[in-house]
Order: sequence, then C-alpha cells, then structure tokens
Amino acid sequence: MDETPSQTVGPFLSIGLTWPDGHLVVPEGTPGAVRISGTLTDGAGEPVADGLVETWQVGADGRPDPTAGFGRCATGPDGTWEVRTVKPGALGDGQAPHVDVSVFARGLLDRVVTRIYFPDEAAANAADPLLAALPPDRAATLVAVDAGPGELRFDVRLQGAHETVFLAL
Amino acid sequence: MTYRPPAAGTHPPLSAPGYRSTALRAPSHAPVVLPQGLTELTGPALRGPVGPSDDDLTRQHAGEPIGQRIVVFGRVLDGDGRAVPDSLVEIWQANAAGRYAHARDTWPAPLDPNFTGGGRVVTGADGGYSFTTIRPGAYPWGNHHNAWRPAHIHFSLFGRAFPQRLVTQMYFPDDPLLAHDPIVNSVPDERARMRMVSAFDLDATRPEWALAYRFDIVLRGGAATPFEEPHG
Repeated sequence: MDETPSQTVGPFLSIGLTWPDGHLVVPEGTPGAVRISGTLTDGAGEPVADGLVETWQVGADGRPDPTAGFGRCATGPDGTWEVRTVKPGALGDGQAPHVDVSVFARGLLDRVVTRIYFPDEAAANAADPLLAALPPDRAATLVAVDAGPGELRFDVRLQGAHETVFLAL
Repeated sequence: MTYRPPAAGTHPPLSAPGYRSTALRAPSHAPVVLPQGLTELTGPALRGPVGPSDDDLTRQHAGEPIGQRIVVFGRVLDGDGRAVPDSLVEIWQANAAGRYAHARDTWPAPLDPNFTGGGRVVTGADGGYSFTTIRPGAYPWGNHHNAWRPAHIHFSLFGRAFPQRLVTQMYFPDDPLLAHDPIVNSVPDERARMRMVSAFDLDATRPEWALAYRFDIVLRGGAATPFEEPHG
C-alpha cells in the first residue's frame, strides 16, 4: 500500500501534541537522571518558538521498553526545550549510546531526525559507525556538551553554520 | 528486516519555495543515511494521556461547539497492508470559523468557548480509530497575497517503531482551496496528495447527528512485527 505523505505540524502543535510531563522520560528524582536541554534555531540563528522535540531511546540496560524511553517537549518562546532521562546503555552492536531525536516545526514539511551522543563516551563515540563516517566538525554536532553535574546541552541548528547532522532512516 | 524507504514523490522535500517558512528552516545538507539498529526498530507504545472525552471534541466543554458535527474515522495500516493496533493517534484543528484556540492565532475570527480542538485515541485491534468533532474552517495564513489554508485536521501517528512516526494533515473532498495550497502541493506526486483527502462516507453518517469522513492512514512498511529480542 502507498504511504500517506507528511505535512508540517504548523504553528499550533501545542493544542494536540503536548502533555504536562512529556519531558519526563524518567520520573523526577530518578537516581542518575540527566537533564538534556538545548535551543532550536533556524538558518538566521533565531530561536524556533513553535517547534517540538521528541526523543526515543533504550533504557540504561541497553534494552528497549515500549512503555518508557519516550520524551517530548515543545520549544518555548526562546526556542529552548528539555528532557529528563537516563543515559541509554550500549546496544552491543558497535554503536555508542545514543538517543534518537525527531524535530517538528512550522516550516518543516517532514520531521528531521538526529541523534544525541554523550560526551563521557569518548572511546565508544570514536568507534561508532555513524560518527566515525562524518567529518569531525559535523560529528561534533551530534555529541551533547557537558554543562555541569547531571546537565547536558544539545542545541539543534536547522540550517546554516554548524548545521546539525540530520539522518535518513 | 528493516523499514523500507518511502517511495519517491510521497513526502515533500524539506525545501519548498512556495511555502515561505521552509526558507530558513529546511536543512542545507542532505541527510546522512543511518542503518536501522535496535533504537530504530523499536518505538514507544503510548497509551495516552487519553481522557474520556479525548475522542469526542464536541464534549470537552460545558456546552456544544458551533459548527457542522462530523465523524472522522478510518484505519491505520502499514505499507504492507497490515493493521497498526494499539497505537496513539493525536489530532488538532481550528474551530468552525477557522480559528485555533492558541495565543498566537490572532486573526479576526471568533473563538468558540466550547471548542479546544485537540483529540487523542488509541487504535483498536484492526487499526481502526474514530473521532467526533466539528468541521474546521479555512483560514488566511499570510504566506502570500490572499493565502488561505484549505480546511484540515492535523494528525500525528507513531506506528510500531521510530521510522513509522508520521505527522500529516487530513483534507476534505472537493475543497476548491486544495489546488492553491503550497503545503498540499509540496507533495510531488499527485496521487500521493490525493491520499491526504478524506472521503465522504454516507454509510458512516450518524442519522440526526453527524456527517462522516473516512481517512485511512498508511505508514511505512517493511519490518514484519514488533521487534523481538533474540533469546538466550
């Protein structure tokens, strides 16, 4: 059967796609939890205030759990978003620990997909097939930045200088 | 087994000059192909939050919203024709006057105190879903001179796994605005565009109550069943 096409979420996605604790992949206070936050910006470097960032990942044990592992956060007026989660475990397939990300916004006719890798996994990141195949400056857009205890920063730049690497599945 | 890439012409290119907002938001680089691994062959099985009136947008407030009451229903399938059961479907839409209940929608059409415009439902065993709502109005959107969006309902679907995630819009048959809409026309293949247009279904109308439109949604095909981890 032929697929239904994608269309933009438009500017009013918060009516249908948000819920209050959507950014909590794990409950507040979970031991080892990390806050991943960042800003979504456009090709002029301006914040995207009407976007949505979704995350999907395996658990800390490296196993998928369909009832957990999903986060979503609409961007605020300043383009910022956050999720609170735990670092996913290694899958044992040569890939470094990673979180898959979908970004939706007005002006995006289809979602764009990217990945968050972790800065404390230097050896695993160096061996990761996706990261290793990218020029270093491009690969760097996929690695979160350490922003203090329990804090990681991951900015998504849709276009322009330091444009985030986006993925085709 | 992995999910097949979409057929050419099905999904819009991210850069579409007729849709002005793509100019600064479409990435410049081509996407990098990612082989599908465990993270991509799985996905969330979301059950909600789905509240008691989330499938009936006409019953979310004290009074009834103004407008033509309609049933919007259909099945969620994959590209191999298999039903996608137990999967969250989310919708959002403007009211009958074409106004969204959103702080940033400020065009001079009336808000309806009895209509918010958001709905959620989980598909049944056959992939079926059904909402009761009111027919949304068209609205101007400033993309170009005298630009009007055709009436539409936004749909969000998760499918079984990450590659099947889809956000789309459902349109209404015989809408004269469809031919003029850059968002509809961003889809290269005409037959693919027509797959976003619902069908009036007289048999599904509710006598003395509501008209009915059928909208079947087809997600990517390929991977056979929900990912099973190897045992051992």
